[in-house]
Amino acid sequence: MQASIFAGKTAMYRYDEIDQRLVDERVVQFRDQTRRFLAGKLSEDDFRPLRLRNGLYIQRYAPMLRVAIPYGLLATRQLRTLAHIARKWDRGYGHFSTRQNIQFNWPKLEDVPDILAELAKVQMHAIQTSGNSVRNITTDHFAGIARDEIVDSFVWCELLRQWSTFHPEFSYLPRKFKIAVNGAEADRAATFLHDVGLHAVRDPRGTGSDGASPGGEIGFRVIVGGGMGRTPIIGHVINEFLPWPHLLTYLEAIFRVYNRYGRRDNIHKARIKILVKARTPEKFREEVEAEWAHLKDGPSTLTAEEVRRVEGRFTRPAYGKLAGDDAGHAARLAAEPAFAAWARRNVHPHKVPGYAAVTLSLKKTGVPPGDATADQMDAVADLADRYSLGELRVSHEQNLILADVRQSELHALWQAAKALGFATPNIGLLTNIICCPGGDFCSLANAKSIPVAQAIQERFDDLDYVYDIGELDLNISGCMNSCGHHHVGHIGILGVDKNGEEWYQISIGGNQGRTTPSPLLGKEGVPQSGGGGAALGKVIGPSFAREQIPDVIEQLIRVYLGRRESEEERFIDVVWRLGIDPFKEHVYGSHHQRQASRNRSLAAA
Amino acid sequence: MAVIIKDRQVVTDPWQRLELAPDGSLPAIPPAGDILAPLALWQVERNALLARPGRIGVWLDSHEDPAAIAEDLRHFGIVAVNFPKFGDGRGYSTAQLLRSRYGWKGELRAIGDIFRDQLFFLSSCGFDAYALREGEDPQEALAAFGDFSEAYQASVERPVPLFRRRDRGVADGGRGS
Ligand code: SF4
Repeated sequence: MQASIFAGKTAMYRYDEIDQRLVDERVVQFRDQTRRFLAGKLSEDDFRPLRLRNGLYIQRYAPMLRVAIPYGLLATRQLRTLAHIARKWDRGYGHFSTRQNIQFNWPKLEDVPDILAELAKVQMHAIQTSGNSVRNITTDHFAGIARDEIVDSFVWCELLRQWSTFHPEFSYLPRKFKIAVNGAEADRAATFLHDVGLHAVRDPRGTGSDGASPGGEIGFRVIVGGGMGRTPIIGHVINEFLPWPHLLTYLEAIFRVYNRYGRRDNIHKARIKILVKARTPEKFREEVEAEWAHLKDGPSTLTAEEVRRVEGRFTRPAYGKLAGDDAGHAARLAAEPAFAAWARRNVHPHKVPGYAAVTLSLKKTGVPPGDATADQMDAVADLADRYSLGELRVSHEQNLILADVRQSELHALWQAAKALGFATPNIGLLTNIICCPGGDFCSLANAKSIPVAQAIQERFDDLDYVYDIGELDLNISGCMNSCGHHHVGHIGILGVDKNGEEWYQISIGGNQGRTTPSPLLGKEGVPQSGGGGAALGKVIGPSFAREQIPDVIEQLIRVYLGRRESEEERFIDVVWRLGIDPFKEHVYGSHHQRQASRNRSLAAA
Repeated sequence: MAVIIKDRQVVTDPWQRLELAPDGSLPAIPPAGDILAPLALWQVERNALLARPGRIGVWLDSHEDPAAIAEDLRHFGIVAVNFPKFGDGRGYSTAQLLRSRYGWKGELRAIGDIFRDQLFFLSSCGFDAYALREGEDPQEALAAFGDFSEAYQASVERPVPLFRRRDRGVADGGRGS
């Protein structure tokens, strides 16, 4: 098989007639279910799982509709439809989540079938964005353009989207199920933190036939049982190399073992990670292999034709033939420090000569992270049409990415983005906070998260200082469900409830995975460095009141700045080198503070 | 007699379902008639059940392993799988195994918390009969079999996944479009 099949340059997947029909039929089905519910023919208990698998929650203040952005890829006409939905059925904005979805917080239940119908017109849906089924499959937001690419993960995500959509046997799993696919050498999809992580690899035993490619046949490293939530666990590799044709049958074996034996008596123990832990990864692997023995080489074995067919349904970006790095761009970088600062953080290398990827920041201070108004969505769609071949991506860091920008147009794009408020040059830095909707919107929350993010952003409003601090992931979740991925933040903040009061627990030392391939680490023009494997943060001590948080973050940063050995040593590196004690001592240090914190805990206990 | 859905039609049900008592003790065996016995009864009273007139079937609860009856299937006129709650999806795997691994060809019935909105997936996994829970209208529920006109995956109902049927040109593969 030619390498090109697995390492193409994709843009949007276009539905075929059957893909479209299934999505349309889902709208009809849900319209009828809603009608029966509103007519009192379907009880609330029966309707709940049905609406959930269409992404519809009943939230604290209103329903919340979660729309899938499969593997984070969006065409501009789809983004304009999202803007239209925000205007017509919501209060004029949407929230991009950490799961490459968009959430609308104010739609009316009876309008949801119409919203779904509107989405279906642009090949979008809310299928399985919630409920105990396979959720939207996520991937690296630099898929298809990264220089360290092994396969184009979008193709594999789409194959898995089809396989997991309305899977008859696995639609009522013990619990929700999240799959991440990573197609590059670096893991930018947090594969060790998903129910199943699939990391493309080349057969270590093979050698490239042309002598240039680094290995043999393509396969996947299969990782199971990772996850965040209230029992955060780093996943286990149960197969180091699964040749790609076996992907679906192997997944079916995993799913069948989980569907049959995963716990259903306790919602907090129902994720696959608990089963893997209870069985031990070795035993779980044996069970999967025993089940797989029946399924291997069966009809679900993938074929090269099918991979090629799906790949062929992606539109190809029409890249211009450019000589290489743009000279004018280099000159403008040298001449304009503000532009250079933005480029350093928000512009990313591209595998096609003369192109770059750009992150548009949705993290402006004073705005809830990930929120975008309908006008902003339209404006971004205009930018993507003008500068990036009509396509964009949503990152799990809740930003938007224009993946295919000519270097020669970066300056013009920067100016346009600045005028629109999307050019905060903070990607990978402390103020690029990942934050769940929290107590302002989410009925499960223990505490608000958005005001905490704002307070931190306001405290660290000196950009030079933020640059000096360097790379730092700060994540906030409003409760143990961890939608803000606080376990893997270099600094994680978790909202906890103590007798009805909002408190915040702080952990340090988490990491989402090795996000940059080692050969590129430290190289010029490679922002978001990020070495080190996936790790879970450690709690530094008793919780804090909301107004203390900016001080505590500042204290943590001071310890870091005082102890780092060079500017290259990042916050996370220092935490890993020294452990959490020096940080803990400084934060809880003085007797006075210890006493005060103890009193607080006692008062709250 | 109660009605059920069988082969996508509403029919009367000749089978009498026996249940364990709340304390787990075995039910009495009726002297005649077709009975659908819980697995435990079959395991304990196998000979008595085989000796009586009338057909015998067994129902599995959602946690019970179909391997437990794999060797006995020839004795049965029906196999049923219970869904204690409709969100309990183990029965889908049970059905898939009974059909594809253990070769059960006879009636496979879904019982318990069954209503319209599960029928499409149940049918895909190999069920061909459904005893809807009380209060459901089986006639109205028949429409559910048409909820979707295709499925991507291989299943009992569609042993070959869509992508292989597309290759053969049975379905529109959208090739070259
Ligand atoms: S982490 Fe908790 S509060 Fe935040 S969105 Fe998730 S469930 Fe809601």
